[in-house]
Amino acid sequence: MTEKIMMDSMGIERALNRIAHEIIERNKGTENLVLVGIRTCGVHLARRLSVKIKEVEKSDVPVGILDITLYRDDILTRKEHPAVRKTDIPFDLTDKVVVLVDDVLFTGRTIRAAMDGLMDLGRPALIKLAVLIDRGHRELPVRADYVGKNIPTSRPASVKALLSEEGFEDTVILKEEQ
Amino acid sequence: MGLKSKDLLDIQGLEKDEINLILDTAESFKEVTSRDIKKVPTLRGKTVFNLFFEPSTRTRTSFELAAKRLSADVINFSVSTSSVVKGETLLDTARNIEAMRSDFIVIRHSASGAPHMLARQLKSSVINAGDGSHEHPTQALLDMFTIREKKGMIEGLKIAIIGDIIHSRVARSNIHGLTKLGAEVRIVGPPALIPMDIEALGVSVFYNMEDALSGADVIMVLRLQLERQGKNFFPSLREYAGLYSLTSDKAGYAKEDVMIMHPGPMNRGVEISPEVADGLSSVILEQVTNGIAVRMAALYLLSGVG
Amino acid sequence: MNILIKNGHIIDPSNNLDRTADLLIEDGRIAQIGQNLSVTPDTEIIDATGQLVVPGLIDMHTHLREPGYEYKETIRTGTLAAAAGGFTTICCMPNTKPVNDSQAVTEFILHKAASEGIVNVHPIGAITKGCNGIEITEMGDLKKAGCIAVSDDGKPVMNSLVMRRALEYAKMFNLPVISHCEDTSLSEDGVMNEGRVSTELGLRGIPNASEDIMVARDIALAELTGGHIHIAHVSTKGAVELIRRAKEKGIHVTAETCPHYLLLTDEAVTGYNTNAKMKPPLRQGGDVEAVRKGLQDGTIDVIATDHAPHAQEEKEREFDYAPFGIVGLETALSLILRLVEEGILTLKDVVLKMSANPARVLGIERGNLSIGVHADITIINPHTTWVVEAANLKSKGKNTPFEGWKMRGRVSAAIVGGRIVFRV
Repeated sequence: MTEKIMMDSMGIERALNRIAHEIIERNKGTENLVLVGIRTCGVHLARRLSVKIKEVEKSDVPVGILDITLYRDDILTRKEHPAVRKTDIPFDLTDKVVVLVDDVLFTGRTIRAAMDGLMDLGRPALIKLAVLIDRGHRELPVRADYVGKNIPTSRPASVKALLSEEGFEDTVILKEEQ
Repeated sequence: MGLKSKDLLDIQGLEKDEINLILDTAESFKEVTSRDIKKVPTLRGKTVFNLFFEPSTRTRTSFELAAKRLSADVINFSVSTSSVVKGETLLDTARNIEAMRSDFIVIRHSASGAPHMLARQLKSSVINAGDGSHEHPTQALLDMFTIREKKGMIEGLKIAIIGDIIHSRVARSNIHGLTKLGAEVRIVGPPALIPMDIEALGVSVFYNMEDALSGADVIMVLRLQLERQGKNFFPSLREYAGLYSLTSDKAGYAKEDVMIMHPGPMNRGVEISPEVADGLSSVILEQVTNGIAVRMAALYLLSGVG
Repeated sequence: MNILIKNGHIIDPSNNLDRTADLLIEDGRIAQIGQNLSVTPDTEIIDATGQLVVPGLIDMHTHLREPGYEYKETIRTGTLAAAAGGFTTICCMPNTKPVNDSQAVTEFILHKAASEGIVNVHPIGAITKGCNGIEITEMGDLKKAGCIAVSDDGKPVMNSLVMRRALEYAKMFNLPVISHCEDTSLSEDGVMNEGRVSTELGLRGIPNASEDIMVARDIALAELTGGHIHIAHVSTKGAVELIRRAKEKGIHVTAETCPHYLLLTDEAVTGYNTNAKMKPPLRQGGDVEAVRKGLQDGTIDVIATDHAPHAQEEKEREFDYAPFGIVGLETALSLILRLVEEGILTLKDVVLKMSANPARVLGIERGNLSIGVHADITIINPHTTWVVEAANLKSKGKNTPFEGWKMRGRVSAAIVGGRIVFRV
C-alpha cells in the first residue's frame, strides 16, 4: 500500500479560492445562488466556498446539507445499510442556481443520487457541480463545472480529502495497493 | 452499526444502542415527512404486507404511509375476507403471503407471541404491530422519539404510566424501552390491572395518583378497554374515572412542564379529561405524526439486516 | 420361552432386593433369583452386567387418545412409546371421544390393547358422564369392565357436592378418585403460570392458588367421606404442604407429580414455546424445590408422566390457541435419573415412585419381582448417553419441551409378562 499526498492545505486553499471566483464570474454575482454540500466533506467545502464568496461579493450565499443515503442505487444490495442522516436545506430551491459541492468526483453515482434528492426538494433553475478532485472513471454521464484538481488514478485506488473540520490537517491523499 | 435481528418483535429484545439507532434514524425520516414531496426511492421494489387480525385503522395507516413514503408496495391483507375464517392456521396464511414474495410482514394479532411464531418460520422481516397483551414496539419507539424530541433526553426523566397495565402492550414496550434508556418508570392503576411481579421489570408500582404523578416529567395515559367493565377489574367506569382519570387537577401533581401522552384512540372523560387531552401539555397528535417517521426508520433498518 | 437376565443389579424395594444376581423367567413369570442359575439350552440369555434390573415401570397417568383422537396417538403407538420408555404398564385417562364413562368404551380399550398394544393397559374411567362434572358415572360397571380408578383428568369436578358424591360412591368399590386440581373460575382462560414470566410475555396467568384451593377442597372432602383421593400432577409448593399435612392427619390421600414439574420452570415458556404449555403450568423455582422435597419425604408417592400427545399442527399455533399437554413416556425415566445423579433421589426411590407405589395406589398386583408374579421387568443401562430428538420418538406426539437435552441412562429392554417388547 502506498500513500501519496496529492494536495496540501495551501493547494486546497488555492483551489477553493479559484472555484469561488469562477462561481461568481459565471453566475455574474450571487443573485439566486445557493450552495448544497453533500454529506460529509461536501458540506465543509460548501461552507468554505460560501465564506470566500462573501469576502469578495459581501453577500451571504446560503448553504444546505444533502444526505444522499436514501437515493443510493446500491442500498438494497449492500450488506448493511449506511446510517441515514438528516438533509437540512432551510431554503426553497425552486428557481435557484444550485451549486452542488462534493470532495471527490469518481463514478458519478453519488451525483446522480444527489440530483434526484434535490429534485424531490424543489425545482432549481440550474444545477452546477463543484468538486475538489476529479479522479476519473465515470460510470454515468456526469461532468463537473468547477474542478479543484484533476488527479488521474487507477480504478482500485482510493482518493480521500482529509479536512480540518474533521480534525485533520487539510490534505488530499491517494492510496494505492502495490 | 445496524440492527441485529431481521425482525422487530419486541423492545425487550433490543439493546439500548439499537433503540438509539432507530430513534436517530427516525429523525432523518421526520425531515423527509415534512417535505412537499414526502417520498424517497429507497425501498423501491420491496413489498410490505399488512396482516391485521384486529381492526386498527390508525396503526395500519401509519405503516402503510411509512412504506409508501419509502416507495415500497403495500398490500393490506384483509382478514375478514381471508381464508382465516375458513379455519386456515396463521402459519399457513403467512406462508401463502411469503409465497407471493413478501419482504416485510407487519402483523397485528390478538394472541401474544403470534409474530414470534411467524418470525421463526419465515424469511420475511416480521414487524410486530401489537400482539395481544405483549408488546407494541413501534408505538413505544414513537413515544420515546416524541419524549426525546421534546425533552432532549430520556435518561433521568420521571415517567408515569396510568391505567390498564395488565392488558397493555403499549405499557410493556414502553417499560422495557424507557428503563433501558435510563428513565424512572412508575406505573399506577387499581391492583387488578397491575400484572404480577411487574416490579421485576424495573418499575415502581403505585395505586394512588398523587404519589405516582408527583414530580413526573411525562405522563402516559393508557386506553381503558371498555369491555373490561363488568369483569370486576373495577366496580364501575364512574368509580374508575373518579380515581384514575387524568384531569387537570391530577396533572397538577406533576412538574409544571409535564408532557401528556396517549397512544389513542382516547376515551374522553374516562381515562383522560378533554381539557387535558386538548391542553398545551398534550403531545398526542405529534405522537401520531412521529409514528410515520419511526416506522420508516424501522423498515429502512430492517431491510439492511442479513 | 424362558429368559435369563444375567448378572444385573436387581433393585426391588418390595422384596428388599438391591444386589447383583441372575433372574430367571419361566412361562411368563418370575421363577428364580440367585447366583449362577442353571438353565435349559433354549433359554434366551440377556447379559445385564452393569445394568439395572427393576420391576417394570408403571405410568398411572397416560393419555392414549384412542378412541376418537387417533391422529394424536393410538393404543398401538402409545404402548410402543411406553415400552421404549421402560413402562410395562400404563393407565389411560378417560378423556377420549367418546369419554370412557361406560363399560363399552372400557371394553373397547381393553380389547384394542390386547390385540394391538404391547404393554399392559389399565383404563381409568370418568368420574362424571362425559367428564362434564354434573352426573357421576356407573362406577360399579366401570370397575367390573376393568377400570382401576376414576378421574375427569383434564378438568376438575368443580361442583363440590358432585365430588363428594363421587368419593362416597367410589369408596364402595375401592376405586381411587384421581383429581385434576384446578379452580377453573380462578384460572379462567389462563395459559401459563402467573408471575414475572407471564407478565413479560403478556400471557394470561394461572395462579398457584388455583391448584391449592382445589387440593384443599379435595382433601377436606376425602376427610369428610373417607374416600381415597389421589392428587394428580402436583406442581405447587402450597399443594405439597397441604398434602403433607393431610397425610399427617391420616386422611386417605395419595399424590403424584411429573418429571417436568421437577426439572422445568415457567422460564421454559419464554419465546412462546407451546411445547412448554401444559396444565397445571410449569411453576417457579420455589415450587420445583418444594415438589422435590415432597418427593423425597414421601408426601408425593408417585412420578407419573401425564403423557399428552398432540399433533404438530395443533402445537404450531399461537400460544393462546395451542392445546395443553406434552409427551412424556419416552423421556421420564432418563429425566428422573438426573435427580439420582443430583442426589435428590436414590435408585430405590425411583423404583418405588415409578413402579411399586403406583401399583399400591391403584391396588394392582404389579411393581415387584416376587417369585411367581407376572414377569414385568425393565432393564436400564445407567451409562448410555443420548440426546432427545422429537423426530425419533415412537409416540405420534412430538411435543416435548426436552428437545435437544443430553440424557444419561436409558432403557435397554422392557419385558411384559415374560415377553421382550422392547430391546435396544
